[in-house]
Amino acid sequence: MGQFLPFTKQALKNLFSKPATTQYPFVERVYPERTRGHVDIKNDDCILCGMCMRSCPPGAIKVDRAGKSWSINRFDCIQCGYCVEKCPKKCLSITAGYQEPGPEKFSYKVEVPYEPPKPAAKPANIAAATKEG
Amino acid sequence: MGNRSVVPFGPQHPVLPEPIHLDLVLEDEKVLAAIPSIGFIHRGLESLTNKKDFNEMVYVAERICGICSFMHGMSYCMALEDIMNIEVPRRADYLRTIWGEMSRLHSHLLWLGLLADGFGFEALFMHSWRLREKILDMFEVSTGGRVIFSVNTIGGVLKDMPADMLNDFVRQLDEMEKEIRETTAIFLDDYTVKSRLVDVGIITGEDAIRRGAVGPMMRASGINVDMRKNGYGAYNDIDFEVITSNKCDSYARCEVRIGEIFQSIDIIRQCVAKIPDTEINTKVTGMPNGESIIRVEQPRGEAFYHVRANGTKFLDRFRVRTPTFANIPALTQTLQGCQYGDVPLLVLTIDPCISCTER
Ligand code: SF4
Ligand code: SF4
Repeated sequence: MGQFLPFTKQALKNLFSKPATTQYPFVERVYPERTRGHVDIKNDDCILCGMCMRSCPPGAIKVDRAGKSWSINRFDCIQCGYCVEKCPKKCLSITAGYQEPGPEKFSYKVEVPYEPPKPAAKPANIAAATKEG
Repeated sequence: MGNRSVVPFGPQHPVLPEPIHLDLVLEDEKVLAAIPSIGFIHRGLESLTNKKDFNEMVYVAERICGICSFMHGMSYCMALEDIMNIEVPRRADYLRTIWGEMSRLHSHLLWLGLLADGFGFEALFMHSWRLREKILDMFEVSTGGRVIFSVNTIGGVLKDMPADMLNDFVRQLDEMEKEIRETTAIFLDDYTVKSRLVDVGIITGEDAIRRGAVGPMMRASGINVDMRKNGYGAYNDIDFEVITSNKCDSYARCEVRIGEIFQSIDIIRQCVAKIPDTEINTKVTGMPNGESIIRVEQPRGEAFYHVRANGTKFLDRFRVRTPTFANIPALTQTLQGCQYGDVPLLVLTIDPCISCTER
């Protein structure tokens, strides 16, 4: 057909081939391993240092040392992964699965079992350390 | 002399998802002049540098544009690396080049789709975007994102692509190349498509230079200019010829971009064959102090970055001149003397990205 009606071939091919789209929701969407869906925390490892809160560009994370909790507003999170990179304990990760839409924003709160070192012993130790150093 | 009238085009117009406004001075159906105005979606990028530190700005820079997001992140990192005298590991350069060329591929396929949509060829629009979808899937596999990739960091990249992933991409691209050739042949050969593109919106090489056009707009007017030839990233190891055309019309701009699709596939192949096995990022310490200018070739043309740092974690200046901004004067030239019905198509031929323009 060449110059004349060059689209005809493709149109005919279309007619007899499978749809190019995934038949969602009948066929489930499979996400690749690296998909950045949402931020997860292994709260047992967290030391409530607050690095993630300070580095998060949109300020989605709140770390409450006194209340021993870590919370994230997934509606504000832009899935950039900077908190994951900054966390000294490597307890954050980004996994597949997006935040579902909702009528209003809310935070997910996670209790963190971390026990800080006894504050009473601390000043003496530091003083000793600085003397030696 | 016919009837003169001024018709406002945009900021809301069916052909563009983004707001640009043109005042079209018409004489009957002929456009005598077009006066552009922009500024509907200014987002205050530069003032954000007062609130976000230079590391967080990587993620902000990425969000300048949804299509060239990788390249914006990369150019910003390149500017900071230049200021801080950081040598990026070679593998990171190659990975950046591969992702950069994948961005070009999907940007040009997107543009072809929009062009087809612009002249009312819906089926062709769908086919171009079907092909583009596969590139987005590759992005998702390699970076975890389809639009915003967040893999750039100052000092390199954050994610590696292992050899089997790279080989798989090349295999997929080989398969796609045939399909892309079939689809793009329609743009180049179809009578109806040609009737909308050939000899429409002519801008000569001289005019293109005078008006400071960039990228495919410039190359379609026969001017050989491509920032990749400056050899950033891995481009100095790669063998490629700048694609130009002397026809100066809309057809030429289509032809140049189609040529670049195949060129990108070839560049990715070369990169995969040559990629060295080194680290992917270097550790960065200290604060930036100094000034840098970076020019990179984005799918739409040359982007220009100016970053000035003052030794604190907040930058002093951060200016970006995106390709669409540079192409608007050339656009007004192409619109002079055209038919009113061709205006949407001509606006599309510069591959406008208004969000980029206004930052
Ligand atoms: S998640 Fe990591 S960075 Fe955040 S407070 Fe816990 S230990 Fe620190
Ligand atoms: S992924 Fe980015 S936006 Fe989301 S919580 Fe982490 S740092 Fe904040």
